[in-house]
Amino acid sequence: MSWIRVHFKMQLDSFELDAAFSAPPLGVTALFGPSGSGKTTLLRCIAGLERTTGWLRVNGEPWQDEKTFMPVHQRPLGYVFQEASLFPHLSVRANLEYGYKRIAPSERKVKPEQVVEWLGLGRLIERKDPARLSGGERQRVAIGRALLTSPRILLMDEPLSALDSNSKREILPYLERLHRELQIPVLYVSHAMDEVARLADHLVLLEQGKVIASGALQETLARLDLPTAHFDDAGTVIEAEVAQHDEKYHLSRLDFSGGHLWVSKVAQPFGTRVRARVLARDVSIATQAPQGSSINNILNARIEEIRDEGPDKVIVRMKVGDTHRLLSRITRRSRDNLGLVAGMYVCAQVKSIALMA
Amino acid sequence: MESGLDPADLQAVWLTLKLASVTTFLLLLIATPLAWWLAHSRRWYKGFVSALVALPLVLPPTVLGFYLLLLMGPQGAVGALTKSLNLGTLPFTFAGLVIGSVLFSLPFAVQPIQNAFESLGKRPLEVAATLRANAWDRFVSVALPLARPGFLTATILAFAHTVGEFGVVLMLGGNIDGETRVLSVAIYSHVEAMEYAPAHLLAGGMVLFSFIVLLGLYLASGKSWQVRK
Repeated sequence: MSWIRVHFKMQLDSFELDAAFSAPPLGVTALFGPSGSGKTTLLRCIAGLERTTGWLRVNGEPWQDEKTFMPVHQRPLGYVFQEASLFPHLSVRANLEYGYKRIAPSERKVKPEQVVEWLGLGRLIERKDPARLSGGERQRVAIGRALLTSPRILLMDEPLSALDSNSKREILPYLERLHRELQIPVLYVSHAMDEVARLADHLVLLEQGKVIASGALQETLARLDLPTAHFDDAGTVIEAEVAQHDEKYHLSRLDFSGGHLWVSKVAQPFGTRVRARVLARDVSIATQAPQGSSINNILNARIEEIRDEGPDKVIVRMKVGDTHRLLSRITRRSRDNLGLVAGMYVCAQVKSIALMA
Repeated sequence: MESGLDPADLQAVWLTLKLASVTTFLLLLIATPLAWWLAHSRRWYKGFVSALVALPLVLPPTVLGFYLLLLMGPQGAVGALTKSLNLGTLPFTFAGLVIGSVLFSLPFAVQPIQNAFESLGKRPLEVAATLRANAWDRFVSVALPLARPGFLTATILAFAHTVGEFGVVLMLGGNIDGETRVLSVAIYSHVEAMEYAPAHLLAGGMVLFSFIVLLGLYLASGKSWQVRK
């Protein structure tokens, strides 16, 4: 398996795209950036929906270079648009099977039954008029339709942004399931950090048509030189395993290399891998293990870097365990009072944890 | 004859239906690619083509008929060509009428189809492309069915407009029994000869026929659609 390598250039009035990155051959790569940063344009270039100068290699196969431009319909990709864009003149089933029918039978690795199961389409597939589905249902059908072409890469352009928060909540578990089931790379365009933290493994940060960073999600989110560390909802992601349920207090213990975290009881059985998102604003720092604290989660950490953030705040990056990082946003005064410097061992107190399946 | 219609009148009815059917069929064949091109092209001369297509909307039919007569006559370029091919000349023939009608009704077929293609937007075709459909497949499986209301409008307008045509026919076809004598001309001849009874029958029949065709198509379409001129 080889990495997906991308480099595109485009000049559009005042906007200039000049973006290069590589994405791993498995897992979800998020293209993240503010609106107008060129992430959708970049995704459309990868699909071949925009034609511009550039270079693209997927699975070692050249899709575009100086001499080649593979037309969209010949690229083995699945594309999920921001709006579901189901064909209004076709039934739900005919929509699902539109691409499936157009690939060679020997290429049909993903079967309709699988897609129906993954995306919970059992009750929708017999519906005649796709316009009468809810927004979330339509988007699930659109995702299923793309997957039924057995793509070798799945491109998703903010598939949740046109949905209300209820539909989003309804569809996210399906996306997480796909993340586990699919053995193909996914490029996921988003400007919502909570989606990225939930779904992505790899992060490509875009700003004004340029890639400013690209790397594994957990490491990239912890980099203080990037704008993501200075968002209000800045934070890091910890992958942990469900290790214990405390029935009496209705809590569950998640273990990871840096210790353990107690969270409200989860439904998952022991051994399930889950993701926890810890925001910088929910982490405080103590130089000694605090006595008589109501906070359940206190982790031993080592300060790696401290950066000023405005006149009153600093952001601190800490390492917990072998590979995990935490961010903490504290006041400049606290830093000076506690004498915090890089290299110091401290206790990180985690006030709240967002569990993401 | 008691009905007031002689065999020549019935022949005029038949000829009119034939002319309108052939014209509509040819128009759909010509207008579809033309409308597609107009809906998607960004060439500088697109405006000229649009204006040419729309010209019959504003020209008096007699003007169009006059130029066609000259062009297809023995001295005209088209006439010279048809003569050299041993086809004779086109004026005063059914084929000549068809050509005149097609040109005269072109905007009525092109514009609704073009509007329908334009209102589709790029998205459905892009979606189809990402689902492995090639250009022709996208056109047939997505663009055509989604543009159906436009085709329905184009068919009705082209057919009805040809049935009601008078000026071009008179300039180009005259009044030859069984060849170019269509309904509108037959009515005109009857009125000129003060034969009001057959004129009434033909005119009334035409009103009724047109109404029934339109009603049937409105009901069959099931949805409300707009006639845009």
